[in-house]
Amino acid sequence: MLRIENLVKTFGAKRAVDGISFTVERGEVLGFLGPNGAGKSTTMRMITGFYPPTGGRVTVGGHDIVESPLEAKRLIGYLPENAPSYPDMTVRGFLEWAAAMRGLAGEAKKKAIARVVELCHLDAVLGQSIDTLSKGYRHRTCLAQALVHDPEVLVLDEPTDGLDPNQKHEARKLIRELGRTKAVVFSTHILEEVDAACTRAIIIDRGRIVANGTPAELRAMSESAGAVTLEARGAEEAKLAALGRVERVDGALRVHPADRNATAELVRAILDLAAREGWKIERLRTEEGQLDEVFRRITLPDTAKK
Amino acid sequence: MRAVWIIARRELGSYFSSPLAYVFLVIFLLLVGFFTFTAGAFFERGEASLAPFFSWHPWLYLVLVPAAGMRLWSEERRAGTLELLLTLPVTPAQAIAGKFLASWLFLAIALALTFPVVVTVNVLGDPDNGAIAAAYLGSLLLSGAYLAIACMTSALTRSQVVAFILAVVICLFLVLAGFSPVTDLLVRWAPPALVDTVAAFSVITHFDAFQKGVVDSRDFLFFASVIGFALFATAVILRGHRAG
Repeated sequence: MLRIENLVKTFGAKRAVDGISFTVERGEVLGFLGPNGAGKSTTMRMITGFYPPTGGRVTVGGHDIVESPLEAKRLIGYLPENAPSYPDMTVRGFLEWAAAMRGLAGEAKKKAIARVVELCHLDAVLGQSIDTLSKGYRHRTCLAQALVHDPEVLVLDEPTDGLDPNQKHEARKLIRELGRTKAVVFSTHILEEVDAACTRAIIIDRGRIVANGTPAELRAMSESAGAVTLEARGAEEAKLAALGRVERVDGALRVHPADRNATAELVRAILDLAAREGWKIERLRTEEGQLDEVFRRITLPDTAKK
Repeated sequence: MRAVWIIARRELGSYFSSPLAYVFLVIFLLLVGFFTFTAGAFFERGEASLAPFFSWHPWLYLVLVPAAGMRLWSEERRAGTLELLLTLPVTPAQAIAGKFLASWLFLAIALALTFPVVVTVNVLGDPDNGAIAAAYLGSLLLSGAYLAIACMTSALTRSQVVAFILAVVICLFLVLAGFSPVTDLLVRWAPPALVDTVAAFSVITHFDAFQKGVVDSRDFLFFASVIGFALFATAVILRGHRAG
């Protein structure tokens, strides 16, 4: 549905996006991760046709965003960063305008607006002027605008930014639901959102893709992935060392097997050992790895220093 | 065309949803009244003509039209709605045309509200209403030319104040190039061909013809090309921001 090939964007001498390629199909939710200034927004602006790319291609449903922008833009719903909207309009007026701009009219327009109002829970503020709304409502108004024409591709730049925890939960649920029938790309720097909403995630840093995979695959890149953490009375570090490298983590013992995929064998070996030695196991946990650890390891802490 | 109209309708709505429109209309009508009847000595002249009314328009518009046009693009850029607008399925040309036409329509409404002077002059005497119609057309084109320039300067910057000042300066140049105290000064040392060339760039020279009731295609073309050029420049500037 959405194909990005070798996308490049330079501002003066600075390469903001440096050769990014990926595809998103219908039914996929792609999380776009990266530190601030990594090029997330710039990439999204190129996908949606706001910035002309310096190099590379974006095709949306087979339409090139540069060569046939109108056809491509019709397929996209876009929530820009900071969710801009016209503050002097009412929510209803703004949505009617957005629907009209999408070519909707009459009964179809009414239905489309009713649908997004329900989806984004805007019925309480429909007649209110946008500049009197809280940040959460403003955000949802702009999201409703992106959904009004039921687009096949959704591009959301930090859709949960500025929302309270309940609203964040709602937004993630909505993204997951929308992802069943649409191709969704959303950017975030909140790692839990990857687990909560994505089928796949890409981590970018300084304009390049540094990791690409399902949330589980990304977690597996973590240092601790595949290890087993054990809390047991009487456990001896020296005896565990026969099974793999051992480290102490917050009073527990963590065993890293030589082969990361041999976690199940390791668990069995530890249980056998504990039974033989008479250790009292209080807690035994297999580590799936942690996204934030992966994120920290593969991205530089401050991308502003280049 | 539909997209242009939808954008224009929203833009026009945003004029009237803020106090700007009403403040503008009141100030415009007050100033028009003052210049026509007091400074222009409308009654004392004893002529059934609207010359004292129209001759002030290039000066009045100089301040008021940039004020009406300065927010067109700078506000969209400042609020980030430019990104929203240009990622909708519209071409930049449609967006520029829609916003320009909305503001122009607003200025046309302001101009139309001056109809009492036409009524007055018709009650008091027997004016050449054809000439008045031509002058109104000229005035509308004049405001369109100023507005297109304000549109261009507002695309240059996020600051409405900067956009306003730049527009006033450019429009002032277009006025002064044909203003007789300035051309008289030029005549002393410059060859007449140069003076004429400079004067040909002035809105005054072209607006004068309309005031006399002459609708010449060359004057029409002048205003159309100023509008066309300024709007084209707007498109180039807007693209320039995004091209990086």
